[in-house]
Amino acid sequence: MSYFTLSLTLIFVLIPLVLSKTFNLGLERDTLVATIRSIIQLLAVGYVLKFVFESDSLIYIFLMVTLMIVAATHNAQKKGAAIRGIVAKVAATLVFVEVLTQSILIGFNITPPTAQYIIPISGMVIGNSMVLSILFLNRFTAEVETHQDQTELILSLGGTPKQAIHRQLIQSIKASMIPTIESQKTVGLVQLPGMMSGQIIAGADPIQAVQFQLLIMFLLLTTAAVTSILLGFLSYPTLFNKRMQLMKS
Amino acid sequence: MSIQYKPAVHFNHVNYSAGDTHILKEITGSFPEGKIITLVGPSGAGKTTLLKLCNGLLSPDTGEIYVKDKPIDNIEPVELRRLVGMALQSAPMISGTVYDNLNLPLELQGKKLPEQDALAWLHDVGLEEQLISRNVKDLSGGQRQKVSIARTLVNKPEVLLLDEITSSLDRTSLKEIEELIVKINRKYGTTIIWITHNLQQAMEIGDYTWVMMAGEVIETGESELLVNPANDKVKRFVRGEAG
Ligand SMILES: Nc1ncnc2c1ncn2[C@@H]1O[C@H](COP(=O)(O)OP(=O)(O)O)[C@@H](O)[C@H]1O
Ligand SMILES: [Mg+2]
Repeated sequence: MSYFTLSLTLIFVLIPLVLSKTFNLGLERDTLVATIRSIIQLLAVGYVLKFVFESDSLIYIFLMVTLMIVAATHNAQKKGAAIRGIVAKVAATLVFVEVLTQSILIGFNITPPTAQYIIPISGMVIGNSMVLSILFLNRFTAEVETHQDQTELILSLGGTPKQAIHRQLIQSIKASMIPTIESQKTVGLVQLPGMMSGQIIAGADPIQAVQFQLLIMFLLLTTAAVTSILLGFLSYPTLFNKRMQLMKS
Repeated sequence: MSIQYKPAVHFNHVNYSAGDTHILKEITGSFPEGKIITLVGPSGAGKTTLLKLCNGLLSPDTGEIYVKDKPIDNIEPVELRRLVGMALQSAPMISGTVYDNLNLPLELQGKKLPEQDALAWLHDVGLEEQLISRNVKDLSGGQRQKVSIARTLVNKPEVLLLDEITSSLDRTSLKEIEELIVKINRKYGTTIIWITHNLQQAMEIGDYTWVMMAGEVIETGESELLVNPANDKVKRFVRGEAG
């Protein structure tokens, strides 16, 4: 695609701008900011990727993945402000998920250990792990608050913090995993996944595109389960103190 | 008042705050062993907070609490909460049957309550045996409170904390629960600390009464003190002007 063709795609930005103006939606500013940010961010990433792919040096791969984890941690921790040390817990979760998935992929020779594979797959894994963390933390914070009487009940009967929070923890883990599982049930029926569409448009064999998409989807199942469970078990102890009391909020 | 009795729970200059609110101020006093102590005062006075300090659901900011002459922090939380049982105001239930709820205290220890024992507890709190398999969703307010009390009793506590357990009940259930609490006190020698906003109940059932207002204990003594209080604030509270 030439830059001229690319600039023609701005028509698709113009349409919502005109609609927003006409119907007084007040979304012009946000739409413009979103457009400009996505242009700058994606172009920057594109050039960085080009550079990293050409150098194919492990150090640059490592730096890219680290950057992704830092950005994802920064985004996700906002939802868990009530949990002490949430930054470290989210970061640890993302690092663990990334190391686990890449070890399996590279260890079993599923994908080659090159920037071309590691970086996009890491991006998808870390991005999804971030979304899962946010879903989990939102739900867990809400569950703990709504069911505080259940927690107090179990503590008052001589239960441990783990027993007192067990139900809320399991509920939150399940709830945060459900969208990932559900979306995989209808995949291909309603819409083609973005990555697969991209590959097909770029000229890849559809069957090969499907194979990669399956790989990614299975990977995301692991990502979802490991993220929610790990973050859950790292988070709940900070809600209690040594005397097995709910911390003052 | 408590000189001739051993205190089951003793407070010494206890203060408790949450955020900017100084909820309990310089609480000092004893709850004598084997007695029924009623706790009255307007809502927001700090009664529930005081109860939660007794079983270690909360800890004081300053001051000391002793349970059976031991500093409360020297007792393991799990042991403390079995020793000092609490029936919470809202009588929360875990989802499932009445049996599931009665079994909960033992389930938390990896044990199981024999069905025979569960039936005996139901009988003890005046509930019919067939309720054992009833889903807790289908219980009336009074039945829930009774299950909540029975569940607390399964741990065989030496001190029983009751938080406004009769406030949502009709007259009949209320009388039944009052009789039940007195029966537990007589049968097991359990010390009972009972928050109630029913002054009649506080006087009739209590051996001793604490009157609380705005985080302070403004009067303690034999429950008859409510009939003709000397303290002006208590007088106004009893007449219904401050609560
Ligand atoms: N966690 C908390 N944070 C801030 N204020 C609280 C908290 N818990 C209780 N309070 C306040 O402390 C006061 C006493 O509460 P409570 O012990 O429940 O009183 P009572 O049981 O006598 O109605 C109330 O004003 C209540 O709003
Ligand atoms: Mg209360």
